[in-house]
Amino acid sequence: MIKLTINQKKHQVDVDPDTPLLWVLRDTLGLVGTKYGCGVAQCGACVVHLNGEAVRSCVTKVSRAAGQKVVTIEGLAARADHPLQKAWLELDVAQCGYCQSGQIMSAAVLLKENKNPTDADIDAAMAGNICRCGTYLRIRDAIRLAAEMQRNPSKG
Amino acid sequence: MKQHPDNGTRTSLFMKIMTLLSAVIFITTAVTTVYSSENAISGGTEPQLLDSGPGPEKADRDSVASVEAFGKVYKVLMSPRCMNCHPAGDVPLQGDDSHLHTMLPKRGVDGKGVYAMKCSNCHQATNTPGLHTPPGNPKWHLPPADMKMVFEGRTPHQLAKQLVDPKQNGRKSMKKLLEHADDTLVLAGWNPGEGRTLPPMSHAEFKEAWTTWIKNGAYAPKP
Repeated sequence: MIKLTINQKKHQVDVDPDTPLLWVLRDTLGLVGTKYGCGVAQCGACVVHLNGEAVRSCVTKVSRAAGQKVVTIEGLAARADHPLQKAWLELDVAQCGYCQSGQIMSAAVLLKENKNPTDADIDAAMAGNICRCGTYLRIRDAIRLAAEMQRNPSKG
Repeated sequence: MKQHPDNGTRTSLFMKIMTLLSAVIFITTAVTTVYSSENAISGGTEPQLLDSGPGPEKADRDSVASVEAFGKVYKVLMSPRCMNCHPAGDVPLQGDDSHLHTMLPKRGVDGKGVYAMKCSNCHQATNTPGLHTPPGNPKWHLPPADMKMVFEGRTPHQLAKQLVDPKQNGRKSMKKLLEHADDTLVLAGWNPGEGRTLPPMSHAEFKEAWTTWIKNGAYAPKP
């Protein structure tokens, strides 16, 4: 049995330690907000937070997450009201939406570490998240808006 | 004429200082001359910042053997498995053709990436199974921003000089440099994951060349 803390909730899962964390999240625990894209850490659809870092859960063995803190898109904010989620809705960022949970989870690490990112900072942080619909410009706008909401909560 | 007692003391002090200065100048000149003549007959350029590592006494050093061994060392260090993480820019290289790493991850201050693009977000402690998947190592990183230890584009002369300079080699002494051949991230070059070529010789051959180069004086090939 492997002990995991996901979205502040403790779980015990009976899986092979080499199982990708993504498989455990989706198939074992039913947290399907995190998506499977490429399976080889190339696209970013599967990004979750492991101890605050934006790891790619498709190549992260569940054994690496044992005893650590995992946050998925479902647990990013208690009422799905993280500034990024609010900005995403306000600017209608998503098109097909498949990559968006990974995009938001990556952007959340950026905003945690940099309260006022420049476009270059945003590009550097988000370069590993692919969007086949090409919503990159709206993603960048939404990150800027979320940063502003984060700095001035009254604007949210 | 009677001299003031203070004047006598000053003259004596002046004479002592001048004698001391002469001695210092003489010793400096002698040492510089000997050093220059040694360099002139050597097979390469001696490192300037050799510390008290385990290297042999100067008389036992063999500049020709050292430079010859460095030829092998250079081939390995310039192979994609080593050079890809010692790029000239701030983006690591990737693949056997050493192209810029897809997704353009940045070095960051500590060499471990930035924001959501940190090395260990994709690179696990071990190689990920499958062709061209992320290779793994617990310490996966680039050199830090304040000491980039660039291999890409360096000539043998430049690289050899850089490797022995603690101001450019990660503050490594000669002892630490010798040990570095068995560093886990160096060894990772010989366990690169599927779809990547190995360095041009075995790790044992590399280590022998590395050790020979250093223990024979860590001479740099001539420019």
